[in-house]
Amino acid sequence: MTLNRVSYALDSTLESVNQAEETALQFAAESGFSEDEVQRISMAVREGVVNAVLHGNQYDPNKKVRISFEANATALVIRIADEGSGVDVENVPDPLAPENLLKTSGRGIFLIRAFMDEVHFKNLNPGTEITLVKHVSGAAADAKESSQ
Amino acid sequence: MTMKANSRQVNGVTIVDLSGRITLGEGSVILRDSVRDLLSKGSKQIVLNLADVSYIDSSGIGELVSAYTHVRREGGELKLLNLTKKVHDLLQITKLYTVFDIRDDEAAAVASFGK
Repeated sequence: MTLNRVSYALDSTLESVNQAEETALQFAAESGFSEDEVQRISMAVREGVVNAVLHGNQYDPNKKVRISFEANATALVIRIADEGSGVDVENVPDPLAPENLLKTSGRGIFLIRAFMDEVHFKNLNPGTEITLVKHVSGAAADAKESSQ
Repeated sequence: MTMKANSRQVNGVTIVDLSGRITLGEGSVILRDSVRDLLSKGSKQIVLNLADVSYIDSSGIGELVSAYTHVRREGGELKLLNLTKKVHDLLQITKLYTVFDIRDDEAAAVASFGK
């Protein structure tokens, strides 16, 4: 079983968002996911890091965003942790509800859930860790096999 | 890729040709400033041409919604033109496909104003 793992501590800046997105693109592509899946995974990572930088750490230069990418034979697992005051996931408004459709924010977590197979939130006291999982299946599994 | 916005007039309708990424930060700000600038000059019939927009994140989606509500509040109309598949899919899963007037032909988009 091949296991790849990288982790970083990033500053709470927009540059970090772009850097994490780039890493996600590369890692997902190397893990054998299709082009569409790679785009979805990288967008989920982007949204996760935006939440960590913007809502979690609120651009605080003294707070870091920790991100890890781990690929094994069955899944790609990405963890993003901030040092903010936490998020009440249960009470995040549904962006598809008619009264929320014209809101200008609040779609990040929805998109993450739409693009990943599993999404888990953990309260770190202080901070929040979000775990994103994309299972390897079909074309992704075949691509991995043929490259080994 | 840096976001760019160029405006042109077609039969009294302003077409804004956008290119690049509409994401948190510069891309969203350029879109916001472009629409506000048009409204301040009295242009209220606006088409955002997204043919060369390669990527939109949730912040960019929010900026499109903000542009739409701003223009309507001023008594105008804002329509979207030439969505890429990626952007089309994004507007579909966020149910905004039902909110925006989305066109794939510029002449038809221009002709549709006031109807």
